[in-house]
Amino acid sequence: MRFLLSCTLLLLAGPVLVAEPVLAETIFVSNEKDNQIAVIDGDSLQIKNKIKVGRRPRGITLSGDGTQLYVCVGDDNRIDVVDIASGKIVHTLPSGPDPELFVLSPDGKKLYVANENDNMVTVIDVAERKAIGNIQVGVEPEGMGISPDGKILVNTSETTNMAHFIDTEKHSVVGNVLVDSRPRVARFTDDGKQVWVSSEIGGTVSVIDAAALKVIKKIRFEVTGVRREAIQAVGIQMTKDGKRAFVALGPANRIAEIDTDSLEVKRYFLVGQRVWNLAFSPDEKRLYTTNGISNDLSVIDLERNKVIKSISVGGAPWGIVVKP
Amino acid sequence: MIGQLALALPAAAQENGAPEAGAKVMLIGYLARQEDPRTPLSFLEPVATDEGLQGARLALADNNTTGVFLKQSYRLVEQVLPQDDDISAGLKALADEGVRFVVADLPADALLAAADRPEAKSMLLFNARATDDALRNEQCRANVLHTAPSRRMLADALAQYLAWKKWTRWSVLTGRDSGDALYAEAVRRAAKRFGSKIVVEKSWTFDTGNRRTDTGVTTIQSDIPLATQGPDYDVLVVADEAGDFGDYLDGRTWYPRPVAGTQGLTATAWSRVNEQWGGTQLQSRFEKLAGRWMTPRDYAAWLAVRSVGEAAARTNATGFDDLTGYLRSPDFELAGFKGEALSFRAWDGQMRQPILIAGPRMLVSVSPQEGFLHPVTPLDTLGDDAPESKCRLNR
Repeated sequence: MRFLLSCTLLLLAGPVLVAEPVLAETIFVSNEKDNQIAVIDGDSLQIKNKIKVGRRPRGITLSGDGTQLYVCVGDDNRIDVVDIASGKIVHTLPSGPDPELFVLSPDGKKLYVANENDNMVTVIDVAERKAIGNIQVGVEPEGMGISPDGKILVNTSETTNMAHFIDTEKHSVVGNVLVDSRPRVARFTDDGKQVWVSSEIGGTVSVIDAAALKVIKKIRFEVTGVRREAIQAVGIQMTKDGKRAFVALGPANRIAEIDTDSLEVKRYFLVGQRVWNLAFSPDEKRLYTTNGISNDLSVIDLERNKVIKSISVGGAPWGIVVKP
Repeated sequence: MIGQLALALPAAAQENGAPEAGAKVMLIGYLARQEDPRTPLSFLEPVATDEGLQGARLALADNNTTGVFLKQSYRLVEQVLPQDDDISAGLKALADEGVRFVVADLPADALLAAADRPEAKSMLLFNARATDDALRNEQCRANVLHTAPSRRMLADALAQYLAWKKWTRWSVLTGRDSGDALYAEAVRRAAKRFGSKIVVEKSWTFDTGNRRTDTGVTTIQSDIPLATQGPDYDVLVVADEAGDFGDYLDGRTWYPRPVAGTQGLTATAWSRVNEQWGGTQLQSRFEKLAGRWMTPRDYAAWLAVRSVGEAAARTNATGFDDLTGYLRSPDFELAGFKGEALSFRAWDGQMRQPILIAGPRMLVSVSPQEGFLHPVTPLDTLGDDAPESKCRLNR
């Protein structure tokens, strides 16, 4: 695809090779067993670098300006900040104990971190590099989603089985919605109207009306030849136009695609073993998935709806983020 | 920690465990008798004097954290009777306080005595201790659910793993306690079910004494080869529930063969070696509370108290009939840090659950093993399935 496009450019405009890096995204994968971030070139799909970080890296996200990576290193009770250009840790952020997942406010100024061991969410001022508040939530906070306007934060608690809606001004819980067992990931739709919450043990995705705080649909999954207990919903991603949604199904080794109008499953993609999380390429023509047991990254071509490649990335890949 | 939170947050939601004003208080009873502390043979293991109780306390705190958001609150009414005290007095005291859900951390005979009391008719007891198969069969009771696995579940879990390993010729060594004989019975049944053969059975007849007795290693080193001599086998299956001698076996047997059963490679509901499926959080929460490891008995009590909390959260009800109905329904599912949802079997009230295959220092596997199929759920390949159950309750 990329090859074709470059050729066309060459034919039409002569030496415009400088335009080519438009497609050259970089993929960052946190390997929780290796304590490394694998850096993968989106063009060649080859590993360019491995960055050593703290112990058990899982949650990973880009800074607001895209020059740094924030990485939750749970076993070291902190967040490592990696300078992407140099591939070095430049400083750390005080996350509170055992951070696993977090979300950056849309303005890039605050990080909201789930502290699994202490039933709370820590708010970090990124510039000041300090915790500026915490919010008491249910047992084992995990998933973190934020509304597009940054006003509402959603945290899931794995043993309480709720999505907690938090006012980010007041740092207080304004609503709670019960979902199925062991909720993992919370994600707002881009219009801010819905929050999707995956339940690992329940094996479902609850679609919550963000204004009414009601579950409007529970999406269930069924894969021929896979026992129900192996279907464990975790990572969720949606295209910017809001039309296509993808859910990682853990040990079912599948990604489910969901039609966001009907909220029905459209198709399943067979990927590597125990798929945790997923991320789009910037043009949304590809979807990358981290497969924790088979230690690889699956590449799904979203135009042809085909899994086109798997790349070995290291020990127990978990989190993933793509930099344009 | 609590202090720090209280500073940062003004609302009532901060103190875990403290009933919120206006919240409905649900009572959960914990019924047990004082016992001599269990003293493991290994010095690495903690001597526990509060097994079971701490599991119930942790689950209570978990329920209350959730309850804050639902305006539900829980209180644990602890009834720990003196040794040999009549169990009915304890049950009556709970009933007088209005308790209807009771975690029974009791051996089988005491559990039955409690369940058959008139006050217990309007109660639900959680058997968080007794592994006796009879309690799930001939002696089953309508007012009892079991969060502790049965001996058959444990033996089946081990047998599946040994079948997967193709270690199918077993030598069985059984201790002197009545529970050991029952464990050995479950092992025989499991061998038949999953295609293994017991080539020889022996009884342990040696004295082992106190773990601190300083006799060097001489006695035990000569006793064990004698006790394990005979026809060759793949694996030595030991039935020693109290832990009187089983830990001495590994490394001392006549043949160079692994030890499994109640020691060595152990089939168990819970073990410190497990940190899969978010188990890290449960282990660290427990250790912070109790100052020691979580044992299978703590885990069973945790499951019992969490079951009540889960039912109350899901039904948004606190009525006894609403909650018991939901607990027994197919809709009930509890996340128990073992990778899949746990629920109660309709035919005998047993909680279906994966069983860990744990080594002394590492998690080895988890049963049911892949390939042992079941039309409803592979979890029901462990223990008594509906067709074979001798429990005749009209549920």
